[in-house]
Amino acid sequence: MSAPPVPTPTPTRERGARASARSPRRRAEISRYVQYAVLALAALAVGLTADWATLREQFFNGEILPELFPRIFTTALRNTVTYTACAFLFGLALGLVLALMRLSSVGPYRWIATTFIEFFRGVPALIVFIGFYYGLPIAFPGRVLPGGTLGVVTVALGLVGAAYMAETIRAGIQAVPKGQTEAARSLGMSHTRAMVSIVIPQAFRIILPPLTNELILLTKDSSLVYVIGLSLADSELTDFGRRNLSQYVNLTPLFAVALSYLIITVPLSVVVRRMEARADRAR
Amino acid sequence: MSEIHVDTDAPAIEVRDLHKSFGRNEVLEGVDVQVESGQVVCVIGPSGSGKSTLLRCVNRLEEPTSGRIFVEGVEVTDPDVDLDELRSRIGMVFQQFNLFPHLTVLDNLCIAQTKVRKRSKDEAAEVARANLERVGLADREGAYPAHLSGGQQQRIAIARALSMTPDLMLFDEPTSALDPELVGDVLDVMRDLAAEGMTMMVVTHEMGFAREVGDSLVFMDGGVIVEQGDPAEVLGNPQEERTQAFLSKVL
Ligand SMILES: Nc1ncnc2c1ncn2[C@@H]1O[C@H](COP(=O)(O)OP(=O)(O)O)[C@@H](O)[C@H]1O
Ligand SMILES: [Mg+2]
Repeated sequence: MSAPPVPTPTPTRERGARASARSPRRRAEISRYVQYAVLALAALAVGLTADWATLREQFFNGEILPELFPRIFTTALRNTVTYTACAFLFGLALGLVLALMRLSSVGPYRWIATTFIEFFRGVPALIVFIGFYYGLPIAFPGRVLPGGTLGVVTVALGLVGAAYMAETIRAGIQAVPKGQTEAARSLGMSHTRAMVSIVIPQAFRIILPPLTNELILLTKDSSLVYVIGLSLADSELTDFGRRNLSQYVNLTPLFAVALSYLIITVPLSVVVRRMEARADRAR
Repeated sequence: MSEIHVDTDAPAIEVRDLHKSFGRNEVLEGVDVQVESGQVVCVIGPSGSGKSTLLRCVNRLEEPTSGRIFVEGVEVTDPDVDLDELRSRIGMVFQQFNLFPHLTVLDNLCIAQTKVRKRSKDEAAEVARANLERVGLADREGAYPAHLSGGQQQRIAIARALSMTPDLMLFDEPTSALDPELVGDVLDVMRDLAAEGMTMMVVTHEMGFAREVGDSLVFMDGGVIVEQGDPAEVLGNPQEERTQAFLSKVL
């Protein structure tokens, strides 16, 4: 056996010393100037190469825009909000049940809930919608969901939302300290009573921000209902945008629709950020 | 079994040959304790000796592995016993207070009264206010637990347990999580309670309290009761080597 080779010392200390001749602050400053320069160049390139006249004509067409009002708000935006709200409430209720099933000591409950959650989280919402719309009449011939289009959308979109919310709610319930349940049980509360009065209210405080995020995602997923073929009165934002897109052969309706989505989602996301900031401060 | 028949002549708490294992770790290796009605029994011993587990077996927050436990003559370890009804008569105070943070002080004291005891809102509030008075915090009924000091939270926790009008109280190191200057207020409340004749089983490191208030002292080590008797005797003249070793460290 030969002796292990003598390790050559790496001159880390000297290198570190030389680098610090330029202070970290100075280096960060230089790096930032470089970033600004790159951004400015990119903006310039876009500005010079884009065809502004056509863009204006295609995206902010002053003749088409007024035509979209007021239907874009009174029908399309309203339907999007209605579909999303109903699906969210349905999904929240089902998600709570699924979360409690997943936490249950009864094996079959856990397996059913896990299967459901994995299925609807793993399958694209679009596939769920198509399957739901074409599959239900085959599975239950002659029967229809109550509520017409709203009923179908509430259940289909709600099922997708429920799978995600169930996991969020379960995490929230598990985040409530065990001492809370013990205190409740030591006062004579049943398991159910302790859940309803003590654990679940605290869990919902914890998960309010992720639940609001789920509402944002559902708002966007509601755009997929166009695949079930909506009547004019049931038309929501995306369906509305598509109809007008083909009618005017112009992107202005789509742009207006995009802005309408932001009217819903941006305030929600501001609310989430506020709640998270408040939770951080409370910690 | 729907009605629980309390036997007032029976000991408040009777533990017979209690064993408890967590997996393969045997934490209680045959414990016998008796607490007479109106008595205060203090339990001392090194950390990990099984004091909390013993206390938590009494209201079955922990499921005993074997042995029998009776509270006022009713068998706690009977699989058919109405646990919720039984627990509502056994007050418990935890080291970490465990107040409900989403409820005001008054609601903390009322919720189990209305939901478990089925008292009316007014009646529950009346009982709650009387108990807040008792622990010296009548002016804080609208506060949330997060806005109270540890000592105040623990006194509220005691008032919450008392609001169920329990027949006996279990305390698991009620002052161990408190800053030293806040310990006294909590001990005062417990002292008053003992003087009023409440039956109490108290796990504690406060030897002064044990000596002064306790009718009996239990020293536990390694899952067994090593020595028990009159507090002044056990503390002043311990017979067992393990008791002597423990006391020489804490006194
Ligand atoms: N829920 C539990 N699961 C597993 N082990 C536990 C559990 N609770 C307590 N133990 C173990 O039981 C032993 C006694 O704990 P405990 O009764 O809390 O002692 P003490 O209150 O005297 O400090 C310790 O070794 C602890 O690790
Ligand atoms: Mg303990």
